Amino acid sequence: MQVILDQDRCCSSGQCVLTAPEVFEQSDEDGLVTLRQEHPAPGLHADVRLAAVLCPGGAITASEAAGAP
Amino acid sequence: MTTTPTAPAALALPAAHGSCPFDPPPAYDQAARQGTVTPAELPDGAFCWLVTGHHEVRTVLSDPRFSADARHPGFPFLTPGRRALAVTNPSFIRMDDPEHARLRRMVTKDFLVHRVDAMRPGIQRIVDETLDRMTAAGATADLVTDFALPVPSLVICLLLGVPYEDHELFQAQSRTLLDNRATQSEVEAAQRRLIDYLTELAARKKREPADDMLSRLAAREDVSPAEIASTGLLLLVAGHETTANMTALSTVALLRRPEQAARLRADPGLVRGAVEELLRYLTIVQSGLARVAVEDVDLGGTLVRAGQGVLAMLSTANRDEELFGAADELEVSRDARRHLAFGFGVHQCLGQPLARAELQIALETLLRRLPGLRITVPEEQLVFRGHSVVYGVDSLPVAW
Repeated sequence: MQVILDQDRCCSSGQCVLTAPEVFEQSDEDGLVTLRQEHPAPGLHADVRLAAVLCPGGAITASEAAGAP
Repeated sequence: MTTTPTAPAALALPAAHGSCPFDPPPAYDQAARQGTVTPAELPDGAFCWLVTGHHEVRTVLSDPRFSADARHPGFPFLTPGRRALAVTNPSFIRMDDPEHARLRRMVTKDFLVHRVDAMRPGIQRIVDETLDRMTAAGATADLVTDFALPVPSLVICLLLGVPYEDHELFQAQSRTLLDNRATQSEVEAAQRRLIDYLTELAARKKREPADDMLSRLAAREDVSPAEIASTGLLLLVAGHETTANMTALSTVALLRRPEQAARLRADPGLVRGAVEELLRYLTIVQSGLARVAVEDVDLGGTLVRAGQGVLAMLSTANRDEELFGAADELEVSRDARRHLAFGFGVHQCLGQPLARAELQIALETLLRRLPGLRITVPEEQLVFRGHSVVYGVDSLPVAW
């Protein structure tokens, strides 16, 4: 799985940090989401998928395309 | 005598609550069972769509073809007072990007998850001290005025830099702003008093800055005094009314389901999930979130035309049986995280990390410290706030 962020769509709601704190954090500078890891371990995939569903701005994509690392 | 067949009447808004104070009005439930988008009529006679499905509510709130800018003709309002409020001194919840994002991003830093986590010990202290005062004053209390309202008011005052001594002023004006029975002139007067109060306070903070949000806003060159006042008003009103009503209403819901309260008492680790479930089940923003279509949109098979108003009903979306089986039941251990109680899209509640922390701490502490907590009047005597934008209970007499 590869996690892709579109920071322009981030509205700093914090849903991703609550759902998958191992993968997402909020920048102290501007409050926008940043990644702690781009390729989370399989045990975190369900949380990342939920974080993508919950993200109100649609800023998170969890890519599971064939060939994605 | 013959009658001419007519099209089914549009659903009249707002609909009245039924016998269960926690369920959405039966007319909305019925609409949701028949479809996800229903024609409806506002009190002023204007047409609008009632959007009741979880998927369609998410679409309305996240698709830029639906505008939050109340200055668009066709924007739906339940009362003339609400229109006046949204058009004079609009806050960023009534704007679209990029205007909305510019103002919202000025205040996001204070509501980040890790910032709010750092506030938890301070919130716990406020909750404990408020409960100390309540229990020291006697063996009975009004849980609204003695606990549920002071806790979030103290927290938002601290964060914004508003003196808590002024709470009677801002609590009374907030209540008027949210009351659908208030006349347009009453709403305008309440808004003017709050705007004047916050404008004066921000000017003072500019001269004598402190470590609070109003001081930081007042120090900026890129935000006008009017924008500071409207942002401050939004955060002050939303910051205490919503959490206060969630706290009181959650208490009623838990005391009504003693087995659920007992599970929470036995395992305080359940409180995070329980708060999500209470948010889902109670959905205190009961009259929905208003938007207006700025293009024609196919919404769940219904054509919504540009210029038509829509009301996105969070309450029925949160009772979606496919997502939340036995959705009309309160079940504190259910996974309710897909609820829409904080809205969705770029306007989703900015204060939700703070609201969650306050509710988790307030409910856990209340149940732990007052194991014998009970409501001292029959439930039919409780006055639920069906007339307010933010649902709740006006007064909650308790003993412990």
